[in-house]
Amino acid sequence: MSKMIAIRDAYGEALKSLGAKNDRVVVLEADVGSSSKSILFGKEFPERYYNVGIAELNMAGMAAGFAYEGKIPFINTFATFMVGRAADPINSLIAYDNLNVKLCGTYCGLSDSYDGASHHSASDIAYFRSLPNMTVISVCDEIETKKAVEAAAAVNGPVYLRLSRAPAEVIFDDTYDFRIGKGVILREGKDATLIGTGCMVQKCLEAAGLLEAMGYSVRVVDIHTIKPIDEEIICDSAAKTGAIVTVEEHSIYGGLGSAVSEVLAKSVPTPMGMIGLTEFAESGDYDELLAKYSLDANAIVKKAIEQIKRK
Amino acid sequence: MDITMSISQNEAIRLEALCKELRIELIKLLHKAQTGHPGGSLSSCEIITLLYQNKMTLDPENPNAKERDRFILSKGHAAPMLYLNLVKRGILKEADLSGFRQINSILQGHPCHHKTPGIDVSTGPLGLGLSVGSGMAAAAKMNNEEHFIYVLLGDGEIQEGSIWEAAMTASKFKLDNMIAILDNNHVQLDGTNEEIMPLGDIAKKFEAFGFRVIRCDGHNIAEFSDAIDLAKAGRGSGAPTIIIAETVKGKGVSYMEGKNVWHGSPISDKLYEIAMSELMEVSK
Repeated sequence: MSKMIAIRDAYGEALKSLGAKNDRVVVLEADVGSSSKSILFGKEFPERYYNVGIAELNMAGMAAGFAYEGKIPFINTFATFMVGRAADPINSLIAYDNLNVKLCGTYCGLSDSYDGASHHSASDIAYFRSLPNMTVISVCDEIETKKAVEAAAAVNGPVYLRLSRAPAEVIFDDTYDFRIGKGVILREGKDATLIGTGCMVQKCLEAAGLLEAMGYSVRVVDIHTIKPIDEEIICDSAAKTGAIVTVEEHSIYGGLGSAVSEVLAKSVPTPMGMIGLTEFAESGDYDELLAKYSLDANAIVKKAIEQIKRK
Repeated sequence: MDITMSISQNEAIRLEALCKELRIELIKLLHKAQTGHPGGSLSSCEIITLLYQNKMTLDPENPNAKERDRFILSKGHAAPMLYLNLVKRGILKEADLSGFRQINSILQGHPCHHKTPGIDVSTGPLGLGLSVGSGMAAAAKMNNEEHFIYVLLGDGEIQEGSIWEAAMTASKFKLDNMIAILDNNHVQLDGTNEEIMPLGDIAKKFEAFGFRVIRCDGHNIAEFSDAIDLAKAGRGSGAPTIIIAETVKGKGVSYMEGKNVWHGSPISDKLYEIAMSELMEVSK
């Protein structure tokens, strides 16, 4: 059994490391520092840590101010509030003026499971990828998180980084050559391709194992960068396997599935199914929620077989 | 603290004459474009003009210089008054004005940082400038820089909750290098502030949020100049400052003064003639 490391812990550590290397980095927080783990940076570099309290809109505006002055702000709140509360300055300042602000939305998807629907985020990918100039990254494990934080800091422009509260099985190791915009084939197969992002990547790997036992060989692809999306790997997967299933802890409207379908419709129309949310969830144990709302390996297996039959 | 008049009589006269000229240019600009916001641009004439033509440290040759004072037109719809001042200051060209609000031009309906030289922050949505100013002010303190950050707010604009979030932040982080100015013209779009959403005692509200509050007549150059200098003297006090400038929406054009309908209406040819004759007559 592989190591399980919480994405948010990996993020906190990565931010602290980044702070030590880059003195232009400043961190803003909206009172969830012990949840987002931005506090790890805050304890180390208190003079560069600005906790503005429960004021996400102000936090985004303030970050814009820092960015106009040449700093690299990382701002933190729950993913759903990054959209819901800070949307205006993110649109009219950060995206519009192409500012160097990194939006770190934690507790994504259903990972803040017990708090219930108000704290879940199923629309963040959809909103942020619709903004010009915005890079959208969704990470699947500890290693990918650390590399994404470094890579985001190096981007000259705004980045949305989607982070989970949940413990995630470590998939990569330090030799991982993470590149923004480059998807990764984690497993080869020829009957279908499972394209996952974030914590759903692990579910795709589980599903692939179950499908193998049933006699199907499927490719698994990790798409960490929803925008700009890796069109090449999507088209190659469509051409080589002939059926696609996308899997995201997000609405099926507007997120990874939509992004992939846009590529396929444009270039190589292919039977495709989407795994994602279609309704509000509820409070509960994280794994139980994933099962109930069809975000688990069993649901992926079913969807994959459906697409294979359409070939 | 004893402040003697901070601006010479000659300079006050020069600036008053300039404001008269800019009001004329503003009406011409908005009439030609048949779009734009006359009321709130006219009410902020003295405020923006004094800042850009006298108080702010700016180098027209180098509009992005690190040492410059920053200005955020948080009430972004007063953009035309800002553009006219940028032309006067030598940062924009007279010829640029013909593109105001037109396609393929550098002069957008609301200030745009990435298309227009001399614009520090893109604005328009309202309620964001004090937050951005806070970030700029905090960055300046981090860098031990000496410049000031000016943020011009509208009174309708302070109905946005984000203004109060920013006020709390400015107080917490002791941003005494940020000077907010309220263009208190008492009128918004659907009606007066009193009719739409009464603002109560604005001075007390900002004081409660930890601001130094200075009041002045926003159309009196000498008084506003004193207010700015008193605000700047607040550096080191640990508190941000707000100057509540009493103004008249549509100031200078009799049929516009105090009228919400002139927040954003186009000016007809007939009304243009009336405005011009009023603004051009020799006063005093």
